[in-house]
Amino acid sequence: MSEAAAHAIDHHEPETSTGIHNKKVLMWAFLGSDCMFFGTLISTHLIYRKISATVGGNFLDIRDVFDIELTSFSTFILLASSLFMALAVSAIHKGNLTSTRWMLFGTIIFGAIFLACQVYEFTHFVHAPGNELTLSTYRGEPHVFGSTFYVLTGTHGTHVAIGVFWLLGWLIYSFTGKMSTADAMDVEVCGLYWHFVDIVWIIIFPVVYLMEYAF
Amino acid sequence: MATESIKYLSPDTDNKTETKVFPRPDQHAKGIVNWLTTIDHKKIGIMYGVSALFFLLLGGLEALLIRSQLWSHNMEVLTNREYNQMFTMHGTTMVFLVIMPLSAAFFNFIMPLQIGARDVAFPRMNTLSLWCFIAGGIILNLSWFFTGGSPAIGWFGYAPLTDNRFAEVLGDMGPDFWIFSLQVLGVASLLASFNFITTIINMRAPGMTMMRLPVFTWMTLIVSFLIILAFPAITIALVELMFDRTYDTNFYDFLEGGKPHLWQHLFWIFGHPEVYILILPAMGIVSEIIPVFSRKPLFGYGLIVFSGAIIGFMGFAVWSHHMFTTGMGIVATSAFSILTMLIAIPTGVKIFNWIGTMWGGRIRFETPMLFALGFITMFMVGGFTGIMHSSVPIDAQHQDSYFVVAHFHYVLIGGALFGLFAGFYFWIPKLTGKMLNEKLGKFVFTLMFIGFNLTFFPMHYLGMIGQPRRTHSYNEGHGFETWNQIATIGAFILGIGIAIGIYQFITAAFNKKLKSAGKNPWDARTLEWTLSSPVKEYNFARTPIIKSRDQAWENSYGPKENHSEKEPLGDHGVHMPDRSWCPLITSIGLFIFVLGLLFRESIEVSGSYFATPYEVAIGGCSVFVLGIILWALEGPAGYHLFPKENEE
Repeated sequence: MSEAAAHAIDHHEPETSTGIHNKKVLMWAFLGSDCMFFGTLISTHLIYRKISATVGGNFLDIRDVFDIELTSFSTFILLASSLFMALAVSAIHKGNLTSTRWMLFGTIIFGAIFLACQVYEFTHFVHAPGNELTLSTYRGEPHVFGSTFYVLTGTHGTHVAIGVFWLLGWLIYSFTGKMSTADAMDVEVCGLYWHFVDIVWIIIFPVVYLMEYAF
Repeated sequence: MATESIKYLSPDTDNKTETKVFPRPDQHAKGIVNWLTTIDHKKIGIMYGVSALFFLLLGGLEALLIRSQLWSHNMEVLTNREYNQMFTMHGTTMVFLVIMPLSAAFFNFIMPLQIGARDVAFPRMNTLSLWCFIAGGIILNLSWFFTGGSPAIGWFGYAPLTDNRFAEVLGDMGPDFWIFSLQVLGVASLLASFNFITTIINMRAPGMTMMRLPVFTWMTLIVSFLIILAFPAITIALVELMFDRTYDTNFYDFLEGGKPHLWQHLFWIFGHPEVYILILPAMGIVSEIIPVFSRKPLFGYGLIVFSGAIIGFMGFAVWSHHMFTTGMGIVATSAFSILTMLIAIPTGVKIFNWIGTMWGGRIRFETPMLFALGFITMFMVGGFTGIMHSSVPIDAQHQDSYFVVAHFHYVLIGGALFGLFAGFYFWIPKLTGKMLNEKLGKFVFTLMFIGFNLTFFPMHYLGMIGQPRRTHSYNEGHGFETWNQIATIGAFILGIGIAIGIYQFITAAFNKKLKSAGKNPWDARTLEWTLSSPVKEYNFARTPIIKSRDQAWENSYGPKENHSEKEPLGDHGVHMPDRSWCPLITSIGLFIFVLGLLFRESIEVSGSYFATPYEVAIGGCSVFVLGIILWALEGPAGYHLFPKENEE
């Protein structure tokens, strides 16, 4: 047995049994698992949303603290970021570095705006005069709504924040001169994650916010 | 449009420059560096196995203390609280630190060999799974040394027990250690499962279609899917519990509107698939062993595979049979009762298929086969009592009695552990290149079989006459003493048997007196037996082209057209990925981060102020993120090997 003396590196990806890249299969498996994470959180929220310990089943109207205009705006921003993400993936497949950079930048900015809205919303809710919604109370009464609301939307926010940092990594990398079309698959996998996080918000927004105005 | 301003990327996909950020040991690294930086699935499998066997001894010691306490009425070997801690740690250790990682050891070592792959899809991530598992094991057992000692909440951690206000010891940290160790172990299991799924779906050798996969590989795939779909439920339940304990949320706080019942649902939505996560790998191992020692192909291969898949699928729809006595109402209990009865059908199909495989075969009673037969018989006993429990009225009678303890130990020791021991006796010749001592193996089997039945069979009776489980002591006059004493004697026999078995496995690597195994000592049928023992680092010198299901048998006995072929080696030879420090750095970061989160008060060293917990947590988190960034920048890299044509 002889060994190649030089540390020659070739990055030809081995052909896979399905023809789908390994990293893509991994990301799909992760997203399947992530569905169960959010499924558990959303179920918890739905079970608890009408429950209050002290008011004898009388539900305190959560609409008094919600700011539906702001949340609708941030929802729109997050969904719009998906368009930038799709364009970034398309651009890197075509090898267009300038366009890739701008589209990544747009996705990051929109993601950051969404996060800023969420930070504002959380601060605003906790300190709403007369209607304080904290992790354990609403208007000073023990309540579970705050627990499920903050943990669910906070988990989603954490996902967005991780996505923003990931994209920021790509943006910085694009200035090192090392980015090539070989990275297209990795950016696409990042895009899959980003779109998934958006889709989860499409479920959270009606279930957590809009439903309070309907039922 | 000024096209000059648009920059284009090089379309070069083959020669990407590498960022040299952290010195990587070369492939000849020796000693401790070899083990700390390895990304070879075989070495990772060995490390999983060795650490899980260590935890098996630890969990066994806890079990023996429990059995000593129950020797006679009103014994005081352990205090109430110590007894609760023992059964909590025993259960948690055996489920998360023994059976799951022992299965993972086999997944890692055997599965890539069975599908004709050179490694798993993501070798460095595989290493990270291993270190996360070890970190989780350390975190759980660190609990012994801090306020309140180890958790005393049961392995199920039912809701009000974990509430700060009901803690027996002020500022009890046990449940916190329990929560965080399970989270870290969850990370380990999830990463490993994503890896195995990708490997099995994508890295099969040419001709290795899904319906030619060995049953063990099929069970790996099914268990991996179960893990990625079941673990999120407990992860979220634990996150909610952590918020309850740390930030005063009300998820499980019944005084403020929360529902402890929800914990039970979330726990068992994870917990029941977990039962199949524990047993399906053993079923896979047994499905490999029985055909080899019966000299017949597996009877009803397709049916066994589909039964496994159906068990996995239905495993998600039966969780509430753990909660029949919580008052869910007639409709829910009936539905879960029926589904639980139905799940016996695919399980029975498997057992009949194993019997069908043995029927008319030339059976050789060597140690792996003995353990496999032990598995079938003991698992059937556990299965029958399981079917009894699917009936709601019977379940209500047995709830929280020793009958249930007997039931699940028949499934988890008589089932899972016997299956895994069968796997050890079967595959250690492949792992070390040496045959284990057959006489000692049979002695271990005899001790374990007798000890196990002496311990757990009397528990059926004890449960029927009313001995409650999870109870520190019993009074005189119930007639519990005799059978408890038999059970305790049995437990010590079982413990000695397991200890000798572990001694035999560990010394197999060093014992020079053992016979050499050769390629295929058992005349087995799957692909790993076409390789030399121990297996070379690159697994397959030439990628095999698979022609049939029992390829090793076809190569020896089949017609010429069914013999496997070999792909020619390309100009680059075998591409091997480089070793890496990054998985270790990342997991150490995670470990420090978790420790920082665990301690709520400032850390003092000999009276002087050292650091706040948040400084520790932020430091750990930084190391964690740094590890990931270095990991991404260093890339898989690699070197090339050129094995000769006849090397395997």
